[in-house]
Amino acid sequence: MTKKLGRLALGPVSLGLLALTFWLGYFVTPPDQVQGQLVRLLYIHPAVAWVALYVSFGTATIASALYLWPRTRSEALDRIAASAVEVSLFFIALTLISGSLWGRPAWGVWWAWDARLTSTAILGVFALGYLALRRANDDREQRARRAAVFCILAAINVPIIHFSVLWWKTLHQGASVLSSNRSIKVHGSMGLTLLLSFIAFTLTFFWLLRARYRIEVIRDEKLHRSLAASIEQRRTEVSGA
Amino acid sequence: MIRIALLVARKDLRIEMHSRVLTWQVLPFGVMALLLCGLALGPTAAGHSHAAPGLFYIVITLMALLMVNRSTAIESNRGTRSSVATLGLDPSGVFLGKAAALVVEMWLASAVLLVGTVLFLHVDRAKTLSALPTIAVAVVALSLAGTLYGALTSSNSGSATLLPILALPAFAPLLVAGERAYSAVAYGGNLKVWWGLLLVSAVAYLILGILLYGVMEES
Repeated sequence: MTKKLGRLALGPVSLGLLALTFWLGYFVTPPDQVQGQLVRLLYIHPAVAWVALYVSFGTATIASALYLWPRTRSEALDRIAASAVEVSLFFIALTLISGSLWGRPAWGVWWAWDARLTSTAILGVFALGYLALRRANDDREQRARRAAVFCILAAINVPIIHFSVLWWKTLHQGASVLSSNRSIKVHGSMGLTLLLSFIAFTLTFFWLLRARYRIEVIRDEKLHRSLAASIEQRRTEVSGA
Repeated sequence: MIRIALLVARKDLRIEMHSRVLTWQVLPFGVMALLLCGLALGPTAAGHSHAAPGLFYIVITLMALLMVNRSTAIESNRGTRSSVATLGLDPSGVFLGKAAALVVEMWLASAVLLVGTVLFLHVDRAKTLSALPTIAVAVVALSLAGTLYGALTSSNSGSATLLPILALPAFAPLLVAGERAYSAVAYGGNLKVWWGLLLVSAVAYLILGILLYGVMEES
């Protein structure tokens, strides 16, 4: 009962928290001393990037690794990985778009050949490749196995994106929330809104993941039903003849 | 594992020697692509551009795609996969063998392409010779990654078009590291970092290939 209630509440709670984040971010928090009104994108961009890179790709990679492990292999893990990558692609696109919207007034260009931007775009292509790979194979087990391997290979890009600002020192700023000695750099209502944005977008990810997973389950059930109906029809035809 | 690797590498190279796909198709494509790069830069810039190492790596990456497709196609011939499964060959050995054959072919291709780069794009000959070790390691990393991604796409529908979308994002860091290393030798810069990245990538793909190749070939 509690589980069901939790599942039902996930969507409205996520949407409510998102709405609260937008209200706080755009109407309550003050403009920044240096960035002015531009700082309001900070309540979207880092949280969306956090979900795109770590939460969703992390979920997909763990599910893929567990799928490859014979003891834990299950169709559910394959579905979770596929759903997580698909949702991740949406969040990667949001990351790049929100970053671009910030970059135009701050850097003067929509796109810069910055190490973090480029490596994030490459992760987006990896996600597209993952989905293309899944669509190119009809053998269910082989598709799941290969997709899992590809997901693990693609995940190598995540630490590269994370450390790119330290390794290459290009345009993109370093850590926005934590300084090098692990102390918090954002305070007051701005800090609270930022924290809320991370929670809101993370919950939204799990809500979308759940919805996408359900679609996969329904699709599989439909496939099994149509297959069973075809076999039954063929049996009837043979016995009738 | 090594014995199987040598067997597979010898088999792939023998097939290549008979079919001459590298000589008559891949190499002319590479030279033409390099010429097109020069044409795109324009007659003035083509001979004096610092973009030459980057163009060399772009072309070698495109050639790698063709060669990986070719290498994968050999295994996709009717009966080959089932023969390998029946013989119980160690998949790690098969991976190493296929990658080794690809390395040899890619080294040959890059040697020809380097001559073209010196000739058409006017990169200093002595400096290009000094960059050879980095190019050799970059080619090894590309071949190992290519073999792994080739196996991912084999026996899929549209595998030839699927390979670029899967492999190019993985080739990108190798391309950057290779280009920076070549540029550092040719025009000055920090070589050590890019050497490190190339070596780490080659070792990472070697380990991943040995561990995961068998998983993809399972049936």
